[in-house]
Amino acid sequence: MYTQSFNVPDQAGQKTVAVTPSTEDAELMARFDARIDADGRIEPQDWMPEAYRKTLVRQISQHAHSEIVGMLPEGNWISRAPSLKRKAILIAKVQDEGGHGLYLYSAAETLGTSRDQLLEGLHSGKAKYSSIFNYPTLNWADVGAIGWLVDGAAIMNQIPLCRCSYGPYSRAMVRVCKEESFHQRQGYEALLVMMKGTQAQRDMVQDAVNRLWWKCLAMFGPPDADSPNSAQGMRWGIKRISNDDLRQKFVDATVPQAKVLGITLPDPDLKWNEARQHYDYGQIDWQEFWDTVEGNGPCNKERLATRVKAHNDGQWVRDAAQAYARKQQERAMKEAA
Amino acid sequence: MSATIDYLLHLADNAVVLGQRDAEWCGHGPILEEDLALANVSLDLIGQARLLYQRAAELKGDGTTEDQLAYFRDSQAFRNYTLLELPHHGALVGYAVADRDYAATIVRNFLYSALMVHVWDALQTSADSTLAGIAAKSLKEATYHLHHSRDWLVRMGDGTDESHARAQAAVNHLLPYTEEFWTVSPAEAAAVEAGVGVDVRSLRGAWDALVNDALAEATLTRPQVRGYVPQGKVGLHSEHLGFLLAEMQSLARAHPDGCW
Repeated sequence: MYTQSFNVPDQAGQKTVAVTPSTEDAELMARFDARIDADGRIEPQDWMPEAYRKTLVRQISQHAHSEIVGMLPEGNWISRAPSLKRKAILIAKVQDEGGHGLYLYSAAETLGTSRDQLLEGLHSGKAKYSSIFNYPTLNWADVGAIGWLVDGAAIMNQIPLCRCSYGPYSRAMVRVCKEESFHQRQGYEALLVMMKGTQAQRDMVQDAVNRLWWKCLAMFGPPDADSPNSAQGMRWGIKRISNDDLRQKFVDATVPQAKVLGITLPDPDLKWNEARQHYDYGQIDWQEFWDTVEGNGPCNKERLATRVKAHNDGQWVRDAAQAYARKQQERAMKEAA
Repeated sequence: MSATIDYLLHLADNAVVLGQRDAEWCGHGPILEEDLALANVSLDLIGQARLLYQRAAELKGDGTTEDQLAYFRDSQAFRNYTLLELPHHGALVGYAVADRDYAATIVRNFLYSALMVHVWDALQTSADSTLAGIAAKSLKEATYHLHHSRDWLVRMGDGTDESHARAQAAVNHLLPYTEEFWTVSPAEAAAVEAGVGVDVRSLRGAWDALVNDALAEATLTRPQVRGYVPQGKVGLHSEHLGFLLAEMQSLARAHPDGCW
């Protein structure tokens, strides 16, 4: 669901990969550039500069990790979903996120990095995932609010990626976006129903929105002025619209929806600017954002440790499958002999 | 009428309780593909439970809803097999905490789906035509669940020493609970009498054949079953169901006037 824009580096302080390939064959590079300029697609078998490959592996794997880690905050409410219908919707939704992870890992694998390597990056803390998942889901309305706001923000980020220059990623994003847009409407509908319920339910919705709103604005990444790597992403057709433009688009789309819902967005500076024809909004707390990205959010340790534990606990299951497959192969060879 | 309702509740409670258990793996599966598969199984079961509760509510005819049946009955009123409410690990008391063991999950899903493919098959000709329709849909799902769990049972049994030991331990732990399948509750007897239900005893041979065949292929041993025969389907449960329901029902019960 949630690419957080690839200008969040893997490790704090680490610079992104070199922008200009120095030793690449000039002719191949020229052909690559021409394809990008013509808005064509780069496919796995095509030559590509090493920096492009690395950047893509990092961006796609961050995205895949976000899908997988993102299963946990919503998974937190599956066992307590207040109706069977909502339980089924939530399981299906979390399962969709897992599915997105699966095909994003596959897309990353076409760039020559195995799923094991990608998971190792996540588990060691080297690779990042969207920081929005480092916050707890504290009431049932969080489930609806994540669908409405977090998936809504993700869609803003991701629709441009359907036209991304790397073929497998762009094609994966077409399906991801369709499902995310379904999730967003589902989340919004869940909140609408709650708002028509009891006062306690309306309070839950407001509480969830209060906690999530600013985190969602931060999901688009640092302001353009502080995003030195965006230009290269734009040049390569990996990033199509700037962080600030996407953020504005999200705010403009969401304010009217909040009105229909009947909740207040927690920003006293939020107001329509007639001259800009956009909503103005207040200051995002970037210090808090970076603190969380760097590992000091309320749930970073729990999220990552849970992924690591699931992986480690599952080792014997994966080993069993491989051992059995080997035995089957040996049996087949014996029979053939 | 009440015989049909009681029987529907037995089938629905089975589905909702196992659906609740299997969903516990969501986000914690041993590999991403299995995370998705278990969520699928759980979704099928929740879907079955909804249809069965809806039919029971319709027959009650007093405005009861599927959610009232799932969320506002206490554990003594639940009619599921005890096997299905057990946590995903070995024998421990209700308030014990232990890691989930995928072998327990797979063995349980196998033992149950090996029964349900026959139950749903027979119920396709139930005198209750709505139940017959649900059975036809559920048979397809149970067939997939059996396929999935049997494949993994064989992989585990014939995989590594560790997976073999875990699978055997899970079989030893869970197989005795299947003795409950072959007892006949008053609700089942009444449903059979009304032409609505199936006499489970008639399915035992077919179930045995499925189980023995899979265990043999998995190089696992079928333990001699003795001892306590559980009675979940008459409302006498293990210590585990209370905790499962406490969690499942907590939000709905905290806001009984809420709409979701």
